[in-house]
Amino acid sequence: MTGAEILVKALKEAGVDTIFGYPGGKVLAIYDALYDADIRHILTRHEQGAAHAADGYARASGRTGVCLATSGPGATNLVTGIANAYMDSVPLVAITGQAPTSLLGTDSFQEADITGITLPITKHNYLVKDVRDMARTIKEAFYIAATGRPGPVLVDIPADVAGGAGEYADPGEPRLPGYRPEPAIREEDIRAAARLILAAERPVIYAGGGVITSGAARELLALAELLCAPVTTTLMGIGGFPGDHPLYLGMLGMHGTRYANYAVTECDLLIAVGARFDDRVTGKVETFAPEAKVVHIDIDPAEIGKNVRVDAAVAGDVKKVLRALTPLLAARVSGAWQEKIGRWKREYPLEYENGGKLKPQTVIREIYRVTGGRARITTEVGQNQMWAAQYFTFTRPRSFITSGGLGTMGFGLPAAIGVQAACPDETVFDIAGDGSIQMNIQEMMTAVDYDLPVKVAIIDNGYLGMVRQWQELFYNRRYSHTELANPDFVKLAEAYGAAGVRVSKAADVAGVLEEALRTSGPVMMDFVVEREENVVPMVPPGASLEEMIG
Amino acid sequence: MLHTLAVLVENNPGVLARVAGLFSRRGFNIDSLAVGTTENPTISRMTIVVEGDDQTLEQVEKQLHKLVDVIKINDLTAEEYVGRELVLIKVAADPAARGEIMQIADVFRARIVDLGRRTVTVECTGDERKVRAFEESLRPFGIKELVRTGRVAVLRGYRTTSADGNGRNRKGEED
Repeated sequence: MTGAEILVKALKEAGVDTIFGYPGGKVLAIYDALYDADIRHILTRHEQGAAHAADGYARASGRTGVCLATSGPGATNLVTGIANAYMDSVPLVAITGQAPTSLLGTDSFQEADITGITLPITKHNYLVKDVRDMARTIKEAFYIAATGRPGPVLVDIPADVAGGAGEYADPGEPRLPGYRPEPAIREEDIRAAARLILAAERPVIYAGGGVITSGAARELLALAELLCAPVTTTLMGIGGFPGDHPLYLGMLGMHGTRYANYAVTECDLLIAVGARFDDRVTGKVETFAPEAKVVHIDIDPAEIGKNVRVDAAVAGDVKKVLRALTPLLAARVSGAWQEKIGRWKREYPLEYENGGKLKPQTVIREIYRVTGGRARITTEVGQNQMWAAQYFTFTRPRSFITSGGLGTMGFGLPAAIGVQAACPDETVFDIAGDGSIQMNIQEMMTAVDYDLPVKVAIIDNGYLGMVRQWQELFYNRRYSHTELANPDFVKLAEAYGAAGVRVSKAADVAGVLEEALRTSGPVMMDFVVEREENVVPMVPPGASLEEMIG
Repeated sequence: MLHTLAVLVENNPGVLARVAGLFSRRGFNIDSLAVGTTENPTISRMTIVVEGDDQTLEQVEKQLHKLVDVIKINDLTAEEYVGRELVLIKVAADPAARGEIMQIADVFRARIVDLGRRTVTVECTGDERKVRAFEESLRPFGIKELVRTGRVAVLRGYRTTSADGNGRNRKGEED
């Protein structure tokens, strides 16, 4: 066997059914081995697209996504996608070609030190210098990527290792003495957390992406209902708690709901579940949840006490922790606290002024309505992303797929392709901006080529909308380089072989969306919206959560 | 305050870059770092002297534990341990000054390791205070060059920081 054939066999052993990739000189042997392999390969039009597609595939399915690129520029084009997966704890294995071992370190053609480059943005990485290490390395890579707090692992394979002769030998269980993916849950930590929860009068549960990763949505719901505790989620936690549940407060933080931010500010106990107190969540950290004792549950001990002080911490898998914790608690009934939150909800609902020009929020609400809320939604980054988070009601885990930590424009379309590849029978929408869609628009060709019928809804305001919003609010309306000249998205869609349609009247939105759902292939919809609509509420940068504007 | 960490790592290529990169990108201050293989050739040991308060140190340890190649961390600071570093100092020494330099070396139990026409190179081992005092004693003669290893450290008594030793394990519990 060649090293490449061993690689492909190892990938099959790891359960890989789909690879997103792009060939090149240093991966010829690998592509030769893939030529008649029983693995679906999806050729993206840019390596960044491959990384995001693998990421979207992983987030939608819960399985590890795989992307493949050649050395040098192929590998460096993956970098943004790898960093994106790292920030959002997505299991990803990135395989890159590399210059042959004899030329390593000589600045040879298309050589880049990709293990060095990705050191800070991978959970771990490998350079396979000997074909005998291939099978073991791939096994370890998948094990590390998917266990504990998931993350990307890169495997760099020199051309001569991929082309060299070897034999596949079952590597057995990974032997990694320094890798403890999951801390053992300590009984006394659970009891300490339970004591604080039992003593609380105004609890709020703050749930993050860890709930979804851990598969703990049911346990979270049980906890919330037992305590009658309102639940707010981070951007990454959306879908981890049913968005139509009476205890749901929506998202907190910079563009959270007023009632979520008020609840966090006035609660006497904050139960953080699989969340990491990101600065977009806390606002000014000194005044975050000022009256609250904090219970922090997370699989990564390094997140505990990193950004805020906590009063009780349980390190461990969220699902297991919640299962151990809930039996120690007592049922609560609705009282003054819940009534107060109900008043906030009535007094400060999430709403926008409808009328006049087509509003972005209307487009999102209509997508929700015509899909019956059952679509998988990816987003780009900026206003489109925040409106999607605010105005689509997500009720299932893994249905809202967005770039949270890194905030990567250009994520949504390739991610939607990955989601559609993982969920062929479901409706997949990319809610996009006219700026960010152009960052990976070449992937429309991938969608057409592979019959992946993603629906792209461009919220087209002719601006880099979120940056423009900040310029309006904090830079005296000096719109420095944020007004966009755009291509004709309808013609562009048609040039790719997709359907394209432009909408500028609210009355036409539903009809166009219904038509898009009836269309068997990809559709790109250009929703020409009110140009200077802002995302509100908004906590200005550096302000406390209760200091919302809008 | 300064903390002395004994860190056992897999002897893999790039492990030093992983550790050093972690310190720089998270803004932890390394005072010194010494690394070499151990009695087990697959395991290297780093002695890292790091500056920071308790909260910083907690983060340093937790972040280090996330590196797959890091097997074990032992913060020796609060323990009874022996810490040593080695310094090589090349001092300007015309023949008239040599005798005095040799006397100073004797006092510090340092050794002359090279003798040139106009310089003497001395080797001194000890804790930082001793090494610093030695350096100060030689300064009036004119230090031409100075190189130090950074601290290496080991627990006193029977306890060890080997991979299967009875120091503290990675969860901070006694083995």
